[in-house]
Amino acid sequence: MVHLGYLMLLLPLAGFLFLVTFGRRIGDPVAGWIGTVAVGGAFVVACIVLAGLLGLPDNGRVVVDNYFTWFSSGGLTVPVGTLVDPLSMTMCMFITFVSALIHLYSIGYMKNDRDYSKFFIYLNLFVFSMLLLVLSDNLLLTFVGWEGVGVCSYWLVSFWFQRESAASAGKKAFIYNRIGDAGFLLAIFLIFERTGTIQYESGPGGGIFGQLHHLDGGAGLAAVLLLFMAAAGKSAQIPLFNWLPDAMEGPTPVSALIHAATMVTAGVYLLCRMNPLLHVTATGSEIIATIGAVTAFTAATIACAQQDIKKVLAFSTVSQIGYMILAVGTGAYIAAVFLMVAHAFFKGLLFLGAGSVIHGLEDEQDLKRMGALRRYMKWTTVTFTIGFLAIAGIPPLSGFWAKGDVLDNTFAHFKVLWVLGLITAVLTAYYMSRLEILAFGGKERFDKVGPQGEPALHAPHEPPWVMRAPLVILSFFAFFAGVLDLPWVHTDNLSSFLAPVFAGTLYNDHLGAGPEWALALADIAAAFAGVIIAWWLWRGDEVYQPKLEPAFLQRVWYWDDFYDTIIGRPAQRLATFCAWVIDVRIIDGAVNGTAELAKATGNAARKLQTGYARNYALGIAIGMALIIAFMLSRTWWG
Amino acid sequence: MSLSGAWYLGLAAIVFTIGAIGLLVRRNVLIMFMCIELMLNAANLTFVTFARMLNDIGGQAIVFFVLVVAAAEVVVGLGIVVTNFRRRETTVADDLDSLKG
Repeated sequence: MVHLGYLMLLLPLAGFLFLVTFGRRIGDPVAGWIGTVAVGGAFVVACIVLAGLLGLPDNGRVVVDNYFTWFSSGGLTVPVGTLVDPLSMTMCMFITFVSALIHLYSIGYMKNDRDYSKFFIYLNLFVFSMLLLVLSDNLLLTFVGWEGVGVCSYWLVSFWFQRESAASAGKKAFIYNRIGDAGFLLAIFLIFERTGTIQYESGPGGGIFGQLHHLDGGAGLAAVLLLFMAAAGKSAQIPLFNWLPDAMEGPTPVSALIHAATMVTAGVYLLCRMNPLLHVTATGSEIIATIGAVTAFTAATIACAQQDIKKVLAFSTVSQIGYMILAVGTGAYIAAVFLMVAHAFFKGLLFLGAGSVIHGLEDEQDLKRMGALRRYMKWTTVTFTIGFLAIAGIPPLSGFWAKGDVLDNTFAHFKVLWVLGLITAVLTAYYMSRLEILAFGGKERFDKVGPQGEPALHAPHEPPWVMRAPLVILSFFAFFAGVLDLPWVHTDNLSSFLAPVFAGTLYNDHLGAGPEWALALADIAAAFAGVIIAWWLWRGDEVYQPKLEPAFLQRVWYWDDFYDTIIGRPAQRLATFCAWVIDVRIIDGAVNGTAELAKATGNAARKLQTGYARNYALGIAIGMALIIAFMLSRTWWG
Repeated sequence: MSLSGAWYLGLAAIVFTIGAIGLLVRRNVLIMFMCIELMLNAANLTFVTFARMLNDIGGQAIVFFVLVVAAAEVVVGLGIVVTNFRRRETTVADDLDSLKG
């Protein structure tokens, strides 16, 4: 049972291939159901594999299956194989589960779209790539999956490419990811050069983790930082986080699946997978933790000032992943994975809820034109509220336990970053409450500010059941995911399941019961503080009045302007210079000059062609005379 | 009595020169043809003379080839001249300058 990892990969791949071949013909909604069944099947297989893995003894839960050799060249052999261990299976479980639900949701959301079947082609390919990334037993195959999810993300962000903004957002996402990917490639080169292998823990010499003594000092630090560069690109961390908010141009299920629940956590997964390497150098981990905390804080402040419902959630995602990266940098990998799982549930839920709102309001995303939706969309309101309470960190929902776990470890390790993390928790509760109040509370604003002041055509309406069902299921998990890892249960939970993967590298906070209670109370206080501030500021507004929304936050701390100034515009000037000086003057000059030379020569030479037969005859006579003269001279003086 | 080969060669040289100068200075295509024939026959005479002087039959054999080629050339050439005359009413070589560069 535990050797069925390949089947998990093949099902979405089969769905992808089937839809590529027949998708357009079978169309709406059968294509969507086939895509959903393929991913649902992968989830069933994941459950079977997990059951098999749980049947193995605690310390023997590493199953490597090699299927064939991709290629081998010199000392490099790249096998195609799967690594099934608690970490990869935890990832697979929530990836396939959330993906299946979001496929189901998309059947309703994408209804009547021109490219209905194409959407599911991309989604299935995405799930395949993501599972390949997670299950691969070597860095290069992980990189293949990494690029696969990147390109699917690009296609899906610019899915409605007729819109200029969607097309350029796709390009932006792709380019930011490429910068990170360059770091990944360099890291693979460096690790292979030092250890002579790219397999994680299988193969001769125990793989990378068995050869870590070759990666000491500067090389180790360089490898860690290069891997973190890759993670920062994919997981939208400073300085490469700007692409994620723009990626909200894609359809909302894509934002939920790729840009909240799964793909953006790939960077966190990669760092967790490489945890023995991270353990080699303390400096690298400190840098990672600092950047994570700063990203969490920065993105949370920006989320407070956004007026697009999806932009708020996007910056919230950046902020939550910042927490995960902070946990990784602290060495609290289990806390990172716990938050990742909980986040997949509640952020997936929040995005799907936002999608339901957008669907109900006929493609309205602006918070200024929402309000009082609780009267029209009861299912959405209840499920969205559960997601909001979970992310805000209100006990006993999952977010409280997961975020608490991260903050406890940070408190024990880096006090300064803990303060930043706690402020971020207040901000998180604040911006989510603001979103909740603006969308579902207060007075109706949607038909009062219609484009021409006319009343809206439709009242906001609930989505069909294929969209409601995922909301209900996800809200259940968003509520109860905390039981996966309660602090006072020390057997049969996520911690003890994952512990063997991080044996020897996991940070132990050694906090007693007293400080833990105090920290938990601090978390609760932070969450309620944020909610209360937001309620006090935003309750019951007739019209939208911006509060605490300086341009500095709305313009994303001027990060985009900064990049535009130091990279964008100089590059544009360089391109203009190349286009109008180098291309026109130098390259075209050389080409045209050659042509001019040939023309001038021809013009000079054509004068020889008089057209008079006697002239040619004279030429022949002169030539003959010269030849004879030459021969005679050779005879007489030779 | 027999003349030495030099006389024949001298005659051939004179005939050739007449032909060459005629080709260069005359404008009428037919006259230019005759001049070419003069040059060819001067060359033939040279071949025959050397064949006699060197006792080599090869020179005489080549003359036959030259005659055949000359005959063929005249056929084609005169054909062109006649066609040209029909179209352009001229046999003056300098009028046929459409290949001027």
